[in-house]
Amino acid sequence: MLQSRFKMPSHDELVKRMDAIPDHVLRECPICHYKFLSMRAGRNNTCPKCGYGFRMLAKRRVKTTFDKFTELDRDLTVPDRYTDEKYRAKIAKAKKVTGINESVLTGTALLDKHAVAVGVMDPFWIMGSLGSATGEKITRLFELATRKQLPVIMFTASGGARMQEGLNSLMQMAKVSSAVAAHSKAGLLYIVVLCDPTTGGVTASFAMDGDITLAEPHALIGFAGRRVIEQTIMQRPPKDFQSAETVMKHGFIDQIVNRADMKETLAKLLLLHTRENGNG
Amino acid sequence: MVNKTAYQRVQGARRKDKISIAALIDGLTTDFFEQHGDRLEADDHALVGGIGLLKKRPITVVGIQKGRDTDENIDRHFGSPTPEGYRKALRLMKQAEKFRRPILALVNTPGAWPDVESEYHGQGSAVAQCIIQGMQLKVPYITIIVGEGGSGGALALACGDRVFMFEDSIYSVLSPEGYASIMWKDSAKVQQAAEELGLTPESLLKDGIINKIIHEYQPGDDLSDLRNFIDDQFTELSSLPVNELVDQRQRRFQNF
Ligand SMILES: [Zn+2]
Repeated sequence: MLQSRFKMPSHDELVKRMDAIPDHVLRECPICHYKFLSMRAGRNNTCPKCGYGFRMLAKRRVKTTFDKFTELDRDLTVPDRYTDEKYRAKIAKAKKVTGINESVLTGTALLDKHAVAVGVMDPFWIMGSLGSATGEKITRLFELATRKQLPVIMFTASGGARMQEGLNSLMQMAKVSSAVAAHSKAGLLYIVVLCDPTTGGVTASFAMDGDITLAEPHALIGFAGRRVIEQTIMQRPPKDFQSAETVMKHGFIDQIVNRADMKETLAKLLLLHTRENGNG
Repeated sequence: MVNKTAYQRVQGARRKDKISIAALIDGLTTDFFEQHGDRLEADDHALVGGIGLLKKRPITVVGIQKGRDTDENIDRHFGSPTPEGYRKALRLMKQAEKFRRPILALVNTPGAWPDVESEYHGQGSAVAQCIIQGMQLKVPYITIIVGEGGSGGALALACGDRVFMFEDSIYSVLSPEGYASIMWKDSAKVQQAAEELGLTPESLLKDGIINKIIHEYQPGDDLSDLRNFIDDQFTELSSLPVNELVDQRQRRFQNF
């Protein structure tokens, strides 16, 4: 009896704990397994040894990257027609943990004096899954950016389409893509920053549509998950087959950028795309 | 400009201490952001490219870069791009067009990488796309042949408005060694081959294939003059209406 109270947590339980907002004193990097005092992760919340960027709340990301952020569509959230109790409970928890009403935080902001439209997905909001309101918010962000001639910077972090919303979720991939295309046709810049994890329907749409594609070190980036591959075709993928480094080697990422250098890199890219610089 | 034989130019073009493409990019631009990948299957290290400021003007640079030592040469397969390299170059050039940035191509390659894998991946098609799409780009596009300009693998990045060559460089339909072995089954006759190929800057300028010979820059040299020269080219070409720019470019090649 007594022993069962001290039973080792299951693997799933451990994964869940990893996904919880970490406030433990001692932490372990999921990539290089280096153990260190939490405070050493610093303001950027990264592994002191390998540079892996721990999953980050969207609100925190915005705060550490941008100035003068003005949120858009703050109240947009999961439509009432989805009444499943379990789903509703997950939504309530996600809102509480992240402080936002959908899995993406959108707005306009300044970065080093450049006006930008910003989208930041929140990996703690039901795994940053792509719900219908998520797609709507991102679509509106691109539409606004097109109207106001702003570049878009999008930080992706997502488990993919949100199964609880069925095909409506899948349709967001197409809807957002058409807004991205209109923005691009207007000659505007779209920068994607692939964060851990970027998978499934997000990878298969707006995460791969950037003019410039950056990634955080060791971020997991892919389409089909490891388990899907293993169980469908009985193939065991290599350990790092979906790491940012592997994905870059295969031609899909311009640069892998440490979190500490992210702001500076984005500022440089905005500078390089400033029209007033006298284009040809 | 010193008088040299064609073969001396070949040797000069292949010199080990030839200024590298990286050094040129570094010396000519500021705030350079290197871009990677073809968005299809790989990132070819023989083909380097990115965005930088040339005297405050954002430009796209694509270049073919040889290695400086054995390890680097293996990584860059001796400055011979794979199809993935050419697809990266085209991706960056198309992006330059989207953002109305002029394009500077810096070439130093013995030619496209001749291996089986490259054939399977469509080396011919990749070069072809660079040529046909490069000729239609709606932005100023100039090329400097820095060292070797080996055949179609060099032409892929030289279909723009103006082509310049460094003094010690060559631009050739095939290597003098290749020519000698095909013509006389004797690769020792490279000197004669070099002469017959007409691959020197002097001879190509006479034929109107290139626009100007640029004096040689050594590693560590101040590149201000070259920077100004390129900037003037872009200013001049940018003043043309886009359709005239593209028409002029087509005409340039139709003359041959
Ligand atoms: Zn680590």
